[in-house]
Amino acid sequence: MLLDLQGIEKHFGGITALENGDLQVEAGEIHALVGENGAGKSTLMKIVAGMLRRDGGAMRWQGRPVDFSRPAEAHQAGISMVHQESLLAPHLSVAENIFLGCEATKGPLLEQRRMEADARQLINEHDFPLDPSSSVYELSPAQKQLVEICRALHSASRLLIFDEPTSSLSDAEAAEVFHIAQDLKERGMGIIYITHRLSELRAIADRITILRDGRTVHSGPIAVLSTDQMVHHMVGREISSIYERERLTPGAERLRVDLPGICFSLCAGEIVGIAGLMGAGRTELCQTIFGITPAAHGSIVVDGSRVSINSPQDAVRAGIALITEDRQQTGLTLSMPIRANVTLAHLDGVTRNGFVSRAEEHAVAERFGDRLSIRAASVEQPAGSLSGGNQQKVVIAKWLFRDAKVLLFDEPTRGIDVAAKAEVFGLMDQLARDGAAILMVSSELPELLQIADRILVMRGGAVVTELPRSTTQQEIMRHAAVDA
Amino acid sequence: MKTGSATWQRLLPFLSLAALFIFLSVASPNFLTPTNLAAVIRQTATINVMALGMTLVIVSGGIDLSVGAILAFSGTMGAMAMASGLPVSVGIAVGLFCGLFWGLFNGVLTTSLKIPPFIVTLGTLGIARGVTLIISGGLPVVGLPREFESLAEGSLAGIPSVLFVLGVCAVLTHVVLHSTKLGRYTYAIGSNKEAAVYAGISVDRYTVAVYAISGMLTGLAGMIEASRLMTGQPTAGLGYELQVIAAVVIGGGSLTGGEGSVIGTLIGAFIMGLLSNGSDLLGVNPYLQQALIGAIIILAVAVDEARKRRFRQ
Repeated sequence: MLLDLQGIEKHFGGITALENGDLQVEAGEIHALVGENGAGKSTLMKIVAGMLRRDGGAMRWQGRPVDFSRPAEAHQAGISMVHQESLLAPHLSVAENIFLGCEATKGPLLEQRRMEADARQLINEHDFPLDPSSSVYELSPAQKQLVEICRALHSASRLLIFDEPTSSLSDAEAAEVFHIAQDLKERGMGIIYITHRLSELRAIADRITILRDGRTVHSGPIAVLSTDQMVHHMVGREISSIYERERLTPGAERLRVDLPGICFSLCAGEIVGIAGLMGAGRTELCQTIFGITPAAHGSIVVDGSRVSINSPQDAVRAGIALITEDRQQTGLTLSMPIRANVTLAHLDGVTRNGFVSRAEEHAVAERFGDRLSIRAASVEQPAGSLSGGNQQKVVIAKWLFRDAKVLLFDEPTRGIDVAAKAEVFGLMDQLARDGAAILMVSSELPELLQIADRILVMRGGAVVTELPRSTTQQEIMRHAAVDA
Repeated sequence: MKTGSATWQRLLPFLSLAALFIFLSVASPNFLTPTNLAAVIRQTATINVMALGMTLVIVSGGIDLSVGAILAFSGTMGAMAMASGLPVSVGIAVGLFCGLFWGLFNGVLTTSLKIPPFIVTLGTLGIARGVTLIISGGLPVVGLPREFESLAEGSLAGIPSVLFVLGVCAVLTHVVLHSTKLGRYTYAIGSNKEAAVYAGISVDRYTVAVYAISGMLTGLAGMIEASRLMTGQPTAGLGYELQVIAAVVIGGGSLTGGEGSVIGTLIGAFIMGLLSNGSDLLGVNPYLQQALIGAIIILAVAVDEARKRRFRQ
């Protein structure tokens, strides 16, 4: 046994990322690690690679108990992780990137030639289409992935972890990565392979471990497991009833989106869910409708008239609001008071003769604070001092004050507690009753099933199907994860 | 207790200014005289007016390295207009317009070409200075109308008239920064540009406006400088950008944006003004003055950072 993990635990603050992570990897196998977003795959792998320390459980490496406190210790043991391309230094050469952090030196000087020769040897050994002296920014995404692999191979020889290696690659490039993984396996290495694309797994993996909500729920040979069973293990949790929403009869059409591969409409009083895996293009869709990345082709119709949306200003003018996935980065100005955040998108509403009226602003912020029950000592408190749920309510208040009629919620419940989730859903429901049209992107399938009137499933940048509210998590996952 | 010391630290620039003032009053008999105080106000007026504009720029998360060169360009052009026989009011308007032009130039370039303002204004520094020297042939513009002198050197009821000019500019800038959409957006853009974009604010337009206002105030400062010297000096304002940025930073402005105030900036500018005046009175080596100001900039920012770190915890 190469690697043996038993009952690994990891907590971040009050949030449990891993509760009972088990994983056994043999030398000479490709071991698939799957699970929904947030199931704990990456956390588990970061613990193996020495990037995080576990809070509990046992880890054995080649039979001996180990505890890596730094990635360098994991490297020394022979474990390395292939990250996504973003961890390369684009202005350095391929060889310099491979040796980054473990340069060969002679006294105070770098041994450039030796490193380049070693890099060339490594590249030739695996027949990679790379030139050690070319700059990384000139490379294709697949080539960058190869550089990451070289870097991992250079520092580790026993166990290699691939984290979503094919998410940014074309099919041909993905096939190349598979081929490399196969080759490394035949040389006797252990490979852990994380992916969301279930269909590609069967072709390359020997065994599979499935995580759900921080626990290992299944482990065994992949050949005897059907795709349906895989999906069942991934999503099999009970739907906890956090909010019951009464469905309304949809009113007039408020939004009609007609983009390449994406065609749907949204009516007043309707909440439409968007499901899909990471990288399926859900956030990108929201950003396109909101004008952050305007669409080159296609049309967007709001309340019956076609609008051309080339910037967020155009979208806001058309009555569209985006409640972003990342409150802290794009939703709020954390250092400014709640008051200023609430009025930011509609400062005209509190401006008299060119002057912003503090008194009126204060009154507006208090009004929305009461209506949305934002818990704060005062509306003068910085938005950054609020809890996640209350921050989210401030973002919603901002768009309510702007009187937005089409609201795009991107992961509205991310990082907020259960009670606040129910409140946010209550608000969304109230908005729908008041005639707003709501699009809700969520990775939490149980939440989508409870809130949405119907669910659009995205994969590879396109809406692949529309499912009724009576659908199941299994059905959604099947469409989201499996290539047709 | 914690918040108490944070308040103390926030007041530090003001307390330093007061302490410096008291110290100089005691240390030098020539300090607390109407003549000397008027001189301090006249000497610092140029930097003060420029620093008001720089406050807007820095609050928005930008920087303007070209203010010294814009000052020279505006002062020289305004002086040339007056030397050619145009009235003083037209000359001043020419100066303001020149400043506005370069401000727009900076703002439009940085937003449309997506070049960081550090680079754009560094380029403008060279361009504006070079063009000024070409147009003037490198020679000072003389023969300005006598009444032009009153802008920088005149007095009203014993108070230097330039203090009124500064006062009006300071009040206007303060009102813009605190009570208008432009001001609110300036803070929002400086605090979190992405959030401002996502709130549907046309960030580019407001950024251009900020640089334009800064340019125009610098143009006015150029005319004050020309009036003080009674010449249009193509080499005026060398190195002023550092003093101006220092005034804003000593007054609590943050180079990462989102923080800064008109009052803080005025205090910062006067601290530097008093340091230089006091050093002259006490016979401190002028070279040491420069080193002193440099040390104070680092000290002021270090204290401010310590305050913010404590606040975050």
